[in-house]
Order: sequence, then C-alpha cells, then structure tokens
Amino acid sequence: MSGHHLMGPGTTLRSRTADAVANERLRSNVARAVDRFATHRREGLDELEDADGLRRAARAVKQQVLADLPGLLERFADQVLARGGHVCWAPTAEDARSYVVDVVGRHRATRVAKSKSMATEEIDLNAALESAGAQVVETDLGEWIIQLADETPSHIIAPALHRDRHQIHDLFVAAVGAEPALGTEPAELVGFARGRLREVFLAAEVGITGANIAVAETGSIVLVTNEGNGRLVTALPPVHVVVLGMERLAADWAQAELLLALLARSATGQRLSSYTNIVTGTRGDGEVDGANELHVVILDNGRSSLLAGEYHEMLACIRCGACLNVCPVYRQVGGHAYGWVYPGPMGSVLTPLLAHDQPEAAELAGASTLCGACMDACPVQIPLQDLLLSLRRRKAQGAGAAERAAWNAWAAAWSDARRYGATTRLATWGRMVAPLAGRLPVGRSWGTGRTVPRPAERRFRDRWREGL
Amino acid sequence: MITCVVDVVAPEVGEASVRVLRAAGCDVSCDLAQTCCGQPAWNAGFAREAAKVARATLGALESELDRGAEAVVVPAGSCATMVRQFWPELFQVVGDAEAVARARRVGARTYELSELLATRADALPPLRLDRPVRVALHQSCHMLRELRIVDQPAALLEAVDGCAPAVWDGADRCCGFGGTFSVKLPEASVAMADEKLRALAVVEPDLVVGCDSSCLMHLQTRSDATGTPIHVRHLAEVLAAALPDNAEAGP
Repeated sequence: MSGHHLMGPGTTLRSRTADAVANERLRSNVARAVDRFATHRREGLDELEDADGLRRAARAVKQQVLADLPGLLERFADQVLARGGHVCWAPTAEDARSYVVDVVGRHRATRVAKSKSMATEEIDLNAALESAGAQVVETDLGEWIIQLADETPSHIIAPALHRDRHQIHDLFVAAVGAEPALGTEPAELVGFARGRLREVFLAAEVGITGANIAVAETGSIVLVTNEGNGRLVTALPPVHVVVLGMERLAADWAQAELLLALLARSATGQRLSSYTNIVTGTRGDGEVDGANELHVVILDNGRSSLLAGEYHEMLACIRCGACLNVCPVYRQVGGHAYGWVYPGPMGSVLTPLLAHDQPEAAELAGASTLCGACMDACPVQIPLQDLLLSLRRRKAQGAGAAERAAWNAWAAAWSDARRYGATTRLATWGRMVAPLAGRLPVGRSWGTGRTVPRPAERRFRDRWREGL
Repeated sequence: MITCVVDVVAPEVGEASVRVLRAAGCDVSCDLAQTCCGQPAWNAGFAREAAKVARATLGALESELDRGAEAVVVPAGSCATMVRQFWPELFQVVGDAEAVARARRVGARTYELSELLATRADALPPLRLDRPVRVALHQSCHMLRELRIVDQPAALLEAVDGCAPAVWDGADRCCGFGGTFSVKLPEASVAMADEKLRALAVVEPDLVVGCDSSCLMHLQTRSDATGTPIHVRHLAEVLAAALPDNAEAGP
C-alpha cells in the first residue's frame, strides 16, 4: 500500500460530503472551531505592522528553500550525523515505515509515545508499528482523542475539531474507563488526559515526532506544540525518531524565525506557540535530558517529483491550517469528507499530486468553489486557486466521453452569436427548460434542494434590439 | 458586456444597468456578437472549449473598443474577473498568443459595474427610494478577492436616500454556487447557501443585494425551495429604481 490512500473505499467525494452535510452536530462543531481559529488568526496578523510584507518575505524564503532543496537536505543530514544522529532517506512511505519499525524492533521496544505529526499520518505509521507488536500512544490531546475513537485527523492542526466536549467525555468513559462523573468542562477533560498521558511519557522507550521546520545550518528539528507533549516525547524516551517531510527545510535560523512567526499566527493567532521545542543532535555530555539515540527519516513519498514542475509551489506549504479555517466548503463538511489524510484547500491540491496514480484523488480538485479565501489566508501565498484550476484541466484530459461531448457541444453552440441566440431562444420559448432540465442529470443535481431558475420570456438581447 | 446569465435569466438586470449607466452620463452600446465569457468551461478544466466561446465575446468587445468605447462594463463580478484576470491565462494555456494580447487590451478597459459607477458617482442624479428598504449586501468572491472591489457597492447603496444597510454575518462568505461545483457537490453547495440564508434570517432584510446574478440566483432558488423567503436584487436594479424618474416603482 502506498502512503496515500482513500479512506472509505467505495465512497465518492459527493457521497462523503453528502454524509457530512447530513450530520448537523459535526457541521456545528467544525464551524465553531474554524471560526475561532480564523478570528484569532486575523487578530494575530492585525498586530503586525506589515503582515502582507511578512507573507511575501516568507514566500520568498520558501521559494529559495525549494530551489536549493537538494543542497540544503545534504547540509541538514551532515549536521544531524555530525551531532550523533542517524539519517534515513526514505523515497517511499514503505521505506519510512520499515526503517522506523526496524529501529523500534532493534530496541525491543513495546511502548512508543508520539507527538502529533501529519507526516506519520501520511505514511500510516501507527498501523505498521502496531502490527509489529508495539503499543503506540498519541500524546497530543486531539490526536489521542481520535486514536481512541479509531479515526483519522479531521484537521491538520486540530485533529479532533469535529468532536465537541460532550462527545469527548463520552469517548473517555467508553474507551479508557473514565468515571462517568468526570465533568465535561475542558479543564476537567484535559486534566484526565494529562494524568493518563503522563504514564505514557514516563514509560515510553521510543518517542516519535514529526518536524515543523528542520534547520539545515545546525541540523535542528523545530517542534511547535501548545501542550508541551512534544517536549516530553523528545526529552524522556532514550530513542527519538523524527519523520520529516523533505520540503520542511529552512537554510538557517533567520529563515526559521520568520516561518515560525507566521506559522503560529496563521494557525492559532499566537505570536509563538506555547512550546517551541528545538532538538539538535543526541543528548550531549552533561545534559540532563534528551534522547541518546536520534533518527531522522527524510520522507519523499512523491514530493521530489513536484519540485521541477508547475506544482512546485505546493511544497511551500507550512501546514498551518489557515486555508482550512477560512474555506467555506471545509466548514460545511469537515476534514473526513475529503477522504484523504490532508483535507481542505491544501489537501485538495496536495493529494491529487502525491497520489497521482490514484484516479479517486483527482476529484478533490473539484472540492472548491474557487472563492479564493484560501489564497488570501495562506501565509506563504500559495496560489491554491490557480493550482486547483490547473488540476481540473489535468483531470479534464481524462474526462469521460459524455462530459467531453457536452462541453464540445456547448462550445460549438456558444462560440457563435447566432447559434448562441438559437439555443437561448429555445430555452425561452415556452420556458420549457425548467421542467425538462429537471430530468437531465445536471438539472437533477441542481434540483437537490433548489428550484430550477426559469429563463426570462424575452432575453436582454431581444429587449436591446427592440430599443432600450 | 451582458453576461449569459443576465441575458437569459435576469435581463431586467441588464436593463437596469443600462439605465443607471445612462443616468451617470454614459453612452451605452451593446454588440450582440458577444455570447459568454467562457467561465463555466474554464472552471471545469475545459480550457479549449472555454477559449472557443471566449473568442466570440472577445471579438465583440474588441470591436466596441475599436468603435471608440472607452470602457467595457460588466454587471457581474465573476464574469468581469474572467475577462480581466483569467482571459490572458486562458489563451496562454491554449497557446493562442495573439488572443492573449487582445485579451490584455480588453481587460485593461474592463470594469465591474459598481467599480465603474463609483468613479462616476458625482455624475449620478440624487437617488431616492420612496419606500425605505433595509438591504443586506452579499459580497461575491471573485469581485472581492480577485478584483479587490470591496467598498464600491456599499458606497453606492449608501448614497441612496431610503436605503439602509443590514449588517449580517458572513456577508463575504461564498454562497456555494461555484459554477459546476453546484451540480457536482450539490449537498455541500446547498449547505453553504443555507448558512447564508440562516444569517440573513437573523437580520431580516427587505432585500438581498449583490453584483453577481449567479450568486443571487443560487440563494433565491434555495430560498424558494425551502420556503424561507428572501428577495434578491442586483445592485443595478436598486440604483435604477432610485433614479428620479422612477421613485414610484420601488426596487
């Protein structure tokens, strides 16, 4: 199995979005959460004197990083090695999984603590570790919640945002034996989780994290969390494994600082996350914490194939989630409806690119009204709408005969004013279109909860000819 | 430029646009060799088909400029965006360099209706509605986020005596139409319209006004299907109804 797969085989984008829309509770949970994020983001950016200038600078940094990526990766890897770490170059998800499974197996480790990482979700690492006999516990609260619920993340920075606190309470009672008397206030739920997770940190033999930024100059990994779990996962277990998406590089600390400032503000509106954890090499002489053994898995999994082409800008994504939070489609359907690990606008672009061998992924390019809110929110100014349009053109090349014929006929008719006039006059004569159109597939689809608009008796061009 | 939706489904918007433009001192012409801007096919990924249709309209608009027209005015933010922003890209994609240059020339003279009217607001006669109305303005996506036309529609409405703004939540959020999106993912599309309609129900405006007939049509048809009544009007219709010779009719 490649690292990119459709969850819910047999479903379509339409069936998944329809199911999500029918779930009122989900929709209200998602809308409430993304509104909070989006409001905080706006407030966080409003504090800045020149937020757009900062976005332009960040975009330039990422473009530079992508242009220099092979060299930066070499430099980063050299620095990791020089500081006592190991480096695995993983061309595929399978390569990454088997390397991590090997590391865990070599230590005969059965208890693995993880800090939230989309890269490990992408390669479905937990399942691989569990089938090798390790017990894996997610330590980010949201990620722990969905692990208990046997779900995948519905948002790239807030994996459980589709669940409200009452649902989380019930899950804790059902899945991990919380007393039913446990309160539903966030502080009580967090307190319960903290108690349980503390044991996990102390017992873990291996800690696994992703990386928000990797700094080539010093071989450092930067982890951004608001719960401090990243710090515990990297400080307590004797072995630390990092799964790093290969594009998440910064050349130096000046670049990293700029990206960090925008990442936190764009994600949650914070100036800086509560914990920004920097891991450089293994535990040094005289240091009291940190892993004795460090492995960095540099994950390609389709990324390098994008570097040279027209979609390379998507590799600038810093995974802040801002595009999800402003997307009017995401707010109605949540993340699971997209059907793949990465949801929302960034996922709708990235997934068809990374999973280009899977036709179901291509339909994600249609999961947008092209309203442009995502482009406005993106801290590194990725032209998401343009990329979606380009992906739609790519998909259209493989369109079925019926769809192709329909557009062909439309173009033949409407490329000439007389033929356009004839077809639109037909529509107005007797205003037959409404009942007829309702029986065509397009009309039936429109008629899902909407009346069919009726053409006017006299078109504008008729009125203009007669004199206005 | 008259868009296909205005031509066939909402010709009264075209008429109102003509009247308001004339009232603002413009000499209005309309070359009927135009058809559609090609946006439906462009957004669906069918660039060649979009270009084929767009060329007809490009030719018509170009002839108007050749005959001395100073501006192309479009009573739809989305189609204005297509002409101004996406035509050059469209013709580039299909490898028609000559059309790219022609599209740039036309695009440089193209204005969305409220955008042009805002530059000629001084030329408009006093605008007044006999029956006061509370108006909720829908800010459509392309106009707002591609053309960056933000304040003009509200400013024009503000100048109308008897027209009071109704501030509502999510006025700048997409209505869920999105061209082929509305038929490819109809459930999500309708859910998006519903959130807009719920926000409108909170402020109970007399009219929902916008600058894109397609968005307004989407909201209206959803509202008609659910029995939560709203009344949509294009900005041009409100302004035309407020012209001095029209004070009786009301929008």
